[in-house]
Amino acid sequence: MSKTTIIVGLGSCGLAAGAGKTYNEIERIKNTDKLDFELKKTSCIGMCFREPLVEIIDDSGTYLYGNVDVTKVDEILEKHIKNFSPIQEYIVKSDKFDSPDKDFFEGQVEIALRNCGHIDPESIEEYESKNGYAAIRKIANEKLKPEDVIQKVLDSGLRGRGGGGFATGMKWKFAYNNKAPQKYVICNADEGDPGAFMDRSLLEGDPHSILEGMIICGYSIGASEGYIYCRAEYPLAIKRLNIAIDKAREKGYLGKNIFGIENFNFDLKIKEGAGAFVCGEETALIASIEGERGMPRRRPPFPAESGLWKSPTNINNVETFANIPWIVFNGPEKYNQYGTEKSKGTKVFALTGKIKHGGLVEVPMGITIKEIIYKLGGGIQGGKKFKAVQLGGPSGGCIPEYLSHTPIDYDSVNATGAIMGSGGMVVMDETTCVVDIARFFLDFTQKESCGKCTFCRIGTKRMLEILTRITKGEGKDGDIETLEELSHSIKDSSLCGLGQTAPNPVLTTIKYFKDEYEAHIRDKKCPALKCKELITYDVIPENCTGCTVCAKGCPVNAISGERKQLHVIDHEICTRCGVCFTKCKFNAIKLS
Amino acid sequence: METNIKSILNNYPEGSADSLIPMLQDIQEHDGFLSKEAVIEVGKYLKMPASKIFGVATFYNQFRFTPLGKNHIQVCRGTACHVLGSATVLEEIEKNIGVKSGQTSRDGIFSLEVVACIGACGLAPVIAINGNFHAKVTGESIKEILENYRNQE
Repeated sequence: MSKTTIIVGLGSCGLAAGAGKTYNEIERIKNTDKLDFELKKTSCIGMCFREPLVEIIDDSGTYLYGNVDVTKVDEILEKHIKNFSPIQEYIVKSDKFDSPDKDFFEGQVEIALRNCGHIDPESIEEYESKNGYAAIRKIANEKLKPEDVIQKVLDSGLRGRGGGGFATGMKWKFAYNNKAPQKYVICNADEGDPGAFMDRSLLEGDPHSILEGMIICGYSIGASEGYIYCRAEYPLAIKRLNIAIDKAREKGYLGKNIFGIENFNFDLKIKEGAGAFVCGEETALIASIEGERGMPRRRPPFPAESGLWKSPTNINNVETFANIPWIVFNGPEKYNQYGTEKSKGTKVFALTGKIKHGGLVEVPMGITIKEIIYKLGGGIQGGKKFKAVQLGGPSGGCIPEYLSHTPIDYDSVNATGAIMGSGGMVVMDETTCVVDIARFFLDFTQKESCGKCTFCRIGTKRMLEILTRITKGEGKDGDIETLEELSHSIKDSSLCGLGQTAPNPVLTTIKYFKDEYEAHIRDKKCPALKCKELITYDVIPENCTGCTVCAKGCPVNAISGERKQLHVIDHEICTRCGVCFTKCKFNAIKLS
Repeated sequence: METNIKSILNNYPEGSADSLIPMLQDIQEHDGFLSKEAVIEVGKYLKMPASKIFGVATFYNQFRFTPLGKNHIQVCRGTACHVLGSATVLEEIEKNIGVKSGQTSRDGIFSLEVVACIGACGLAPVIAINGNFHAKVTGESIKEILENYRNQE
């Protein structure tokens, strides 16, 4: 009989939901009641909507408990551990019986996320027990040449997972072909796209896979130094990376003549970003590592030719590196059996917004948007109508409901005007205003524009002003045309990806939701009832009982009325904060 | 304070240009912000004009040039949080503590900052106070959260 194990998910999301307290409580009861089981930590399990998550593995099977706040710990330990009877109603996934959430996992293929939520990210031994560092060992044992490894990556069809979608093998080949005494490998972990957390989960959940991917890249292109450029907003990821690097060094996996490969030296450093979205662009990222303002420069020369300190440099995204060891170990053929003709393998998405089952999912390329939202994601929250999905963050666009049969691959997504991006997938329902969303993204890119190119610096500002006017009901005829004209000018005259893609959220929303723009501009109406200046709150006389709750809750005293009498909202004073709407128990407040 | 800055600078014996950002991060971690004196000190050490250092520091959102309050509130304004109502939460906080983003309340109890994305989108809207996350915050629940921090005084 093997020992029972209890594993608690302690990623940032889990911790935010209170998993730390859950862990402590399990530990406390374990000690006071002298219970016999092994208590372990892991990182993100992916089911954000069921955090905190606790997995119990015993002789009979595996049981994943969801929403385990402190109050449930005692009951679960009492019944499951002491009396061997699992509590089915709390279980979200098990190999013993079907759970209502099983669809979330069905259809997923775990390659990049293979270890996330399964191992303790702070233990190098646990990583090694899952074929960790076996890919680089295979290279050493089979005496594979750098060209052979690059060929494997080329054959796999892997394309950059940071958003651009450039063939990873080609990138490596360029850096390999540029002969120089010093070369660098950089991992771009500056996940700045608001609404995305794939890279954070990978860094927190399986840091050694990134290290191994970078070591393999270093061997392939002939680099001896690597940098991980990680956002400072991810303190837990940085902590776990530091632990991983220390342990790898102790074991001799980083340093000189590693893995018995003669003359192969490789070591890693972490550089913390300082909060600049544009540093996700590779030349800006390099400038930032060098200690400069993170402003992009003209390409060519590409980093593969002249990158960090003017040496050939290969930059890949976190998820790309996480795929590498798996591809080398299992072979490219096994990888490219997933996906479509031009987009091979899998992609990790952060499914968020108005979705029932939000979380981290890894799906084979070619799956449709519809399948992700309705099958894995369980549909829209609160039974509302699905309106659009935003892919690619501030550089991407909104794909409307009627195109939800679009398969997820680089080319099909690009054809809609959105981009694959790094994997943020924000779901919107009928109560989300697309003009407000376009304004939100422009506000973001306008603030994050580095200011180098005039059109990006001033053009985004002008676009933001127009969009703000439209959402306030001050839109004019011709605004849509001006937005389109500015969009094209910004796209054509910006140096880097930030400027070239900044207008995408506006262009796609105009393309698919022009009627909403027109409603704002001509009728001064917000169809989604979101834009504050364009809505009014009123009391429905038939439903009002005169309970005075709304009047008491109103922060600006805009509601008047005696007890048990009809209440009235003064539109002049009302700030449309919506407090009355949420407080009324009798559905007597109407939004129009 | 000066001796502390010296000890931070001494962690970077090579004194190369690429240590500038990590140095500023260490100083801010220690002091809570970058003072003029600290910047000048770094300039002397790296043989770099202070104007250049300010040029780099003001480029990045992370660096602050005024001290923080006792409790530092970070409001996530990522897309997922926005879609689920973070604007209302931010408005409520601004009203409650009486300052705008980037400022510190007069009593010094709170300082407020807007951040691009904390990466906990599954629990949106999210705020962090002194690095502790609060998930699924609403315009209502935030009042209680702030009150708890206030009562700790």
